[in-house]
Amino acid sequence: MNDYDLSELYQELILDHSKHPRNLGALADASHQAEGFNALCGDRVTVFLKLASGRVEGASFAGKGCAICTASASMMTEEVKGQTLAEVEKLFTRFHDLLTSPAEPVEDLDTLGRLASLAGVRRFPMRVKCATLPWHTLKAALDKKTGAVSTE
Amino acid sequence: MTVGTAKEQVTSQGELARLDVERVRQDFPILQRQVHGQPLVYLDNAATTQKPRAVIDALSRFYEGSNSNVHRGVHALSQEATDLFESARQKIGRFLNTRKAEEVILVRGTTEGLNLVAQSYARPRLKAGDQILISGMEHHSNIVPWQMVCQQTGAELKVAPINERGELIMEEFVKLLSAKTKVVSVVHVSNALGTVNPVRQIVELAHRVGAIAVLDGAQAVAHAPVDVRALDCDFYAFSGHKLYGPTGIGALYGRAELLEAMPPWQGGGDMIKSVTFAQTIYNDLPYKFEAGTPDVAGAVGLGAAIDYLQAVGIEQVAAHEADLLAYGTQLLSDMEGVRLIGTAAHKAGVLGFVVEGAHAHDVGTILDSLGIAVRTGHHCAQPVMDFFNLPATARASLAMYNRREELDALAEGLREVVKVFA
Repeated sequence: MNDYDLSELYQELILDHSKHPRNLGALADASHQAEGFNALCGDRVTVFLKLASGRVEGASFAGKGCAICTASASMMTEEVKGQTLAEVEKLFTRFHDLLTSPAEPVEDLDTLGRLASLAGVRRFPMRVKCATLPWHTLKAALDKKTGAVSTE
Repeated sequence: MTVGTAKEQVTSQGELARLDVERVRQDFPILQRQVHGQPLVYLDNAATTQKPRAVIDALSRFYEGSNSNVHRGVHALSQEATDLFESARQKIGRFLNTRKAEEVILVRGTTEGLNLVAQSYARPRLKAGDQILISGMEHHSNIVPWQMVCQQTGAELKVAPINERGELIMEEFVKLLSAKTKVVSVVHVSNALGTVNPVRQIVELAHRVGAIAVLDGAQAVAHAPVDVRALDCDFYAFSGHKLYGPTGIGALYGRAELLEAMPPWQGGGDMIKSVTFAQTIYNDLPYKFEAGTPDVAGAVGLGAAIDYLQAVGIEQVAAHEADLLAYGTQLLSDMEGVRLIGTAAHKAGVLGFVVEGAHAHDVGTILDSLGIAVRTGHHCAQPVMDFFNLPATARASLAMYNRREELDALAEGLREVVKVFA
């Protein structure tokens, strides 16, 4: 028997977002943007944000990544839309901990919405960076860091 | 010493006997293990090969019975370790058909070998206006060391392009050669595409304009006989771990007269004849380039790997892998949604591919769940990926212990991938 449950990784929702990514393409009136790079697989993702009075009014991404990276970017742009910067910051930390905390997270998955579907990625350590790359890129865009960021 | 149980005899007609893959497999302990509950299908041999029992035993035997530092003591163990170390060098020399064993510099691997040539041969000689010529299919280890030399000397890096099959375009290569070209450095077999380059011709063309010819043999030595004298190359670098040997050990062949004229690369113990604070006299070849205690056990293990490969028969291995490559090429070519990347007329050991609608990373994860190990990513050859306009490819790469059934398992796994991502 296979001890390695792939269905935990490639859930319906994840496959849906990877095959039909939301908010794909550059945002014409973006106020912030950054490019992220995963040196392991060569994936590149650019995150575009439109901020107005401390809130994310628009979010999109461009680039071609693996299914996990694309789905994560797609869901992220949906989730952060309408959030305040403080809320985005908090969500970043929650999502990051969900995937990378050494101890099993005590996160209430019900309150994470669609992002909860990515919780299974933590069981695939080689793929965690695929899911976190868009988020690191988002953070870099907010921090107005110049140049490409990496997940290293 | 037990070396290889899988030696095959040349038949009375003088034809090569087929390699007995089931017997070979018994020599590799790791092939017995399972991954995620499935039998391991190891198709990542271009990254590193698995090790036969003969190599693993040689390492243990060295540490259990002969461990000592080399070229230093008068005691018995030091002498024994030195003899084993030097006999490994001689084996490597015979394996590559060098003129003498001193032309074999023991290094950590191909990367270190190429860096040694870049820093010790090229850096002191090159100046602004000079050129270094490489190909468009190089591994980063045959790009970056030359870029560093260019930065240090003002020389210029030229890149001969490849075509859509992944072959070097020889007419373009020739056009880029001139009296300005001082170094030509080309991969013998491409790690990302499997292309076998016409290296004999490349060496001759390089020499015609007065350039030296450096060959990156990392993907070549385990798959076909290599004769540096017949190739007439000036330097040839390879890694032990892609040749069924240990990691951390490899060799650089250099033409003796070039090596003798080169300054040492690193300073330290073993590379000197005498040291005073006023003056140091460097040691002779090959020790001039081997500062510090070398990987003695690694060298012994590499020697054992060469013995093993030769006992099995490198011609048999080449024939076996050519059969697998043809079989795998046909299998993948026939698959809906799978596209081969790297379709050169002359190839060795590598099946690069992409699956429509699926990123290579996802292909790798699904195959892994089935116990199939392939490499996914840019294969340390980002310019190759850029040429094909791909972020990444998947790569199945072959070794002597692979069998057709494993390629069938790969194809079955890819059907699974297509199902998930269709």
